[in-house]
Amino acid sequence: MKRSWGFLAGGLLVALLLAGVVSNFASPHPDGLDSSLREGCTVDADGEITGGSCPAQQEKEHEIGGPLADYGIAGLDNDFLSTGLSGGLGVLLTFAVAGGAFWLVRRRGTGPAGSPDVDRPGTPTPSQG
Amino acid sequence: METLAMHISNGIINGPVAALFAVIALAAMALAVQRGRQDLDDRLAPMAGLVAAFIFAVQMLNFPIFTAGVSGHLLGGALAAMLVGPWVGALCLAVVLVVQALVFGDGGVAMLGLSITNMAVIGVAVAYLLIALLLRVLPRTVAGLAVTAFVAALVSVVVAALGFVLQYWLGGTADLGGNLAGLAGTMAVSHLFIGIGEGLITATTVVTVAKVRPDLVYALRARRPATPATVPTVGGVR
Repeated sequence: MKRSWGFLAGGLLVALLLAGVVSNFASPHPDGLDSSLREGCTVDADGEITGGSCPAQQEKEHEIGGPLADYGIAGLDNDFLSTGLSGGLGVLLTFAVAGGAFWLVRRRGTGPAGSPDVDRPGTPTPSQG
Repeated sequence: METLAMHISNGIINGPVAALFAVIALAAMALAVQRGRQDLDDRLAPMAGLVAAFIFAVQMLNFPIFTAGVSGHLLGGALAAMLVGPWVGALCLAVVLVVQALVFGDGGVAMLGLSITNMAVIGVAVAYLLIALLLRVLPRTVAGLAVTAFVAALVSVVVAALGFVLQYWLGGTADLGGNLAGLAGTMAVSHLFIGIGEGLITATTVVTVAKVRPDLVYALRARRPATPATVPTVGGVR
């Protein structure tokens, strides 16, 4: 159990570095889905659709938007900080939401908590379902 | 560049089809909670949270692919299935997509069912079927593990992309003039190249975790009891 905390902390640090720093060096071009939906349209240097006909023209506003919309921080002009901070916040939020939800629904009471992977004969293997 | 959106925006698929897939996604996630609970113990729960956070981070890292002006990014289905298994893995992907839609304005909230079906259900399911198959066939070496991760990632990305094409066929809002094949072609080809990137990232990550903490790789744990007939029982068998 103790060793798992080290692994968790290390993994989180890597995720924070990726989302907080490396994300600024990501390709700015539309991804496979987005570019496929723009097939048939002409696009200017800013990525705005200027003409033609394509599925992306049917896009509608997002319901919420919010201060972190499009992986930035509203009102923060520094792109590097804006992307990095929103990415870091996203990592922590995702870890909290997912980890918290998994902790709440976890299986309890069978076997000593935190015992390392012991193969008990007769233990059902859920993966084989 | 006006947006960094990577998931299905509002208005791309019509309401009824989006609602249909919301029901499908909800049902699948309910099943995943029920089955995933068996896997989730005190140790796997925080690990699965880390896997979700890691997928969120790596999805932000768009990498360039074959053509100028097109990028790709990790979807993460194979990575999640390898590290935490299919049920918990699907839930990890769903949490990432929900956070992205609700907090980061990425992917319409009304479109969530479509994205969850493609990436958390189809992507993870295809990946796990391949993982289960390949780990049985390939040698139990680091190379075997890497090839398993690579192939599962590559194929799952292409099939997930075709899931979107199916959804667009059912409820796409633009009139393609019957030319769905064109959309299918661009989706398949671009995601074939994205799949190569996904495969490299997935293999690298899984091999790294397997070297540091092999007990934290679900696919390796699940493999041992998979062949009970060949494992001699301790204490001897008559």
